[in-house]
Amino acid sequence: MIETVTRPHRDNLVRWAAQRPEVLVLSADLTASCEADGFRDAYPQRFFSLGMAEQNMMGFAAGLAREGFFPYIHTFAVFITRRPYDQLAMSIAYPNLPVRMIGFLPGITTPGGVTHQAIDDVALMRVIPNMTILEAGDATDVESMLDVAQAVNGPVYVRQLRGEVPRLFPANAPLQFGQARVLSRGDDLCVLSSGICTEEAMRATAALAACGVSISHLHVSTLKPFDDPQISAAIAGARHGVIAMENHSIIGGLGAATAERMAEEGIGKRLIRIGLRDRYAHGASRDYLMREYGLDAMALVRAAEDLTGQPLEISEADLAAVRLGTLQAADKTEDL
Amino acid sequence: MNPTDPTSSGNEQRQQVARIADAVRRRVLEHTLKHNGGYLSQACSSAELLATLYLRIMRLGPSQAPLTPRPFAGVPAADNPHAFTGADYNGPKAPDLDRFIFSPVHYALVLYSLLIELGRLGPDALDAFNRDGSTVELIGAEHSPGHEVTAGSLAQAISQAGGIALARRLRGEPGRVWVFMSDGEFQEGQTWEAFAALTHHRIGNLGVYIDANAQQCDGAMDEVSTIEPLAERLRAFGAEVHEVDGHDSDALTAAAEGFGNGDRPLAVIARTDPCRGIERMRERAPKLHYVRFKSDAEFKAYEQLLYKMRAQEASANAASHTASSQTTLGHTG
Ligand SMILES: Cc1ncc(C[n+]2csc(CCOP(=O)(O)OP(=O)(O)O)c2C)c(N)n1
Repeated sequence: MIETVTRPHRDNLVRWAAQRPEVLVLSADLTASCEADGFRDAYPQRFFSLGMAEQNMMGFAAGLAREGFFPYIHTFAVFITRRPYDQLAMSIAYPNLPVRMIGFLPGITTPGGVTHQAIDDVALMRVIPNMTILEAGDATDVESMLDVAQAVNGPVYVRQLRGEVPRLFPANAPLQFGQARVLSRGDDLCVLSSGICTEEAMRATAALAACGVSISHLHVSTLKPFDDPQISAAIAGARHGVIAMENHSIIGGLGAATAERMAEEGIGKRLIRIGLRDRYAHGASRDYLMREYGLDAMALVRAAEDLTGQPLEISEADLAAVRLGTLQAADKTEDL
Repeated sequence: MNPTDPTSSGNEQRQQVARIADAVRRRVLEHTLKHNGGYLSQACSSAELLATLYLRIMRLGPSQAPLTPRPFAGVPAADNPHAFTGADYNGPKAPDLDRFIFSPVHYALVLYSLLIELGRLGPDALDAFNRDGSTVELIGAEHSPGHEVTAGSLAQAISQAGGIALARRLRGEPGRVWVFMSDGEFQEGQTWEAFAALTHHRIGNLGVYIDANAQQCDGAMDEVSTIEPLAERLRAFGAEVHEVDGHDSDALTAAAEGFGNGDRPLAVIARTDPCRGIERMRERAPKLHYVRFKSDAEFKAYEQLLYKMRAQEASANAASHTASSQTTLGHTG
């Protein structure tokens, strides 16, 4: 069974920042909601409350970064990527400053409705030159983010998870920059998933495997740069095609990056993008929205049926019954 | 002069606001208990302010919307003719009627509760609160009852209201536009850009009521990022500014008297108490933004308080029924 970790970012940030006096946290009135309250209480002299004024916060971060500090911005993903977009592009990304933007509530993980649901943040950040984009899919990813982000020479956007986060990957196997995690190998289909969709995909891939469908499943946490050769190899080896599954619009995110990659490399295969189909969401529970917008395990089963041309007798009950153990990456030694 | 219902005196109106504000607090507390969490301090700070706007300040017609909230009909899109806004709960749009723009939409439960007390929503409307597929959302959006614009990315509503006010002026309409805002929204640059534009374009048909409860998510605004001196700042931007006790319905009403024919926007800073009517909440200060009960004992204590509020309300209602005849609630046009 999967272990659930409570507020992994909160504790990790306090621990990780202890011996790094150059690391600062900037907050826009969502300190506890973004699990930065532990840092604020532990290192008050390195915590700066900038109020609900995100555009200005980007500029302050830029100035601090120019002076050699490492500002870690904490707010909801929408309030990083929408409101202060020009500021982050011109003040931070253009000069390639090492500002780390930790964005919470990715996609439809919040009932806060359209204003709180970051369904376009990956797309918005991908088109910004110099930007690196990371996305967490489990507690191990969450705990890896600070080390990985800090090693990047330039601005980093982290699509982070908060609260109760499942641990899908071993705690001692942190995320490797630019490398997908290979969760299974197979030659019928290639499934690329990111963020919370990976757990959902794992429900489906287990059921699909039981029906004899052989799947290469890769969990992608580095969305930009998107140049992991494992991904090309898995796509090339998939007889029936590729499914990309993400908690984001199908435009501009993982599925789009996959399509660009396939076209450029001349891999002529079908691709099904699972994600929000160019439509805003609304306030409701995560499970409800995942079903309504077709981001759930059943959506992956339908896509697999479409690509294989084979009706698979998998019911909602079968998917609900899938129990997930902690996953060992299929091949941890593969190094590139 | 703001025409109020000629059949009821100022005294009766004041009492009506007080009664309805108490009922709003009681209802929000009920739902905070039911869901073990809620925006309770916002009800405490804004109950009189919102009730006064609906009962004594805004000229609104009767609700055009069903008592039972409509289910969510999909997001606005060219291929979705079914999308709607919740503005029809505030009456029809007509040249001489006012418009209401609700900005800090995490106060949604307060507005829904008020609409129930005013008879604009049915008594069971909150059964749909925060339910999947419902418009009665936790954070209101434009399809939510009483809402007209999507404002949850805060400080965007005032600019949209500015556009609406400008359009109304272009059409020569006498009706005014009222915006309800939280004080946290005065940290966003957009609010100040809006005031600059409103005064530059001499928009004198838009009034803003600010629930200045001095609170935000992280705690006291003074600690997070101060906006004071707010009145002086707003005056410097060219607005007509009034600073009043936000629980004093007469003072709130007086600030709007005669407004609508000049060439400056109105800003009423309603100084409010985020614990008004629920004294027990003070022990949670400075973290009042979202109340979730920490223990069984605390839950029970608030439950007892709810019973007390219900009993007081019942006796007050009994007294008022014998004292005066009913007036049409929330319809002062
Ligand atoms: C642009 C934007 N930034 C951040 C938030 C998250 N947020 C919701 S309410 C709030 C501030 C709460 O303070 P205030 O607006 O004064 O409301 P109150 O304290 O009365 O609840 C914040 C920062 C938001 N909704 N919009």
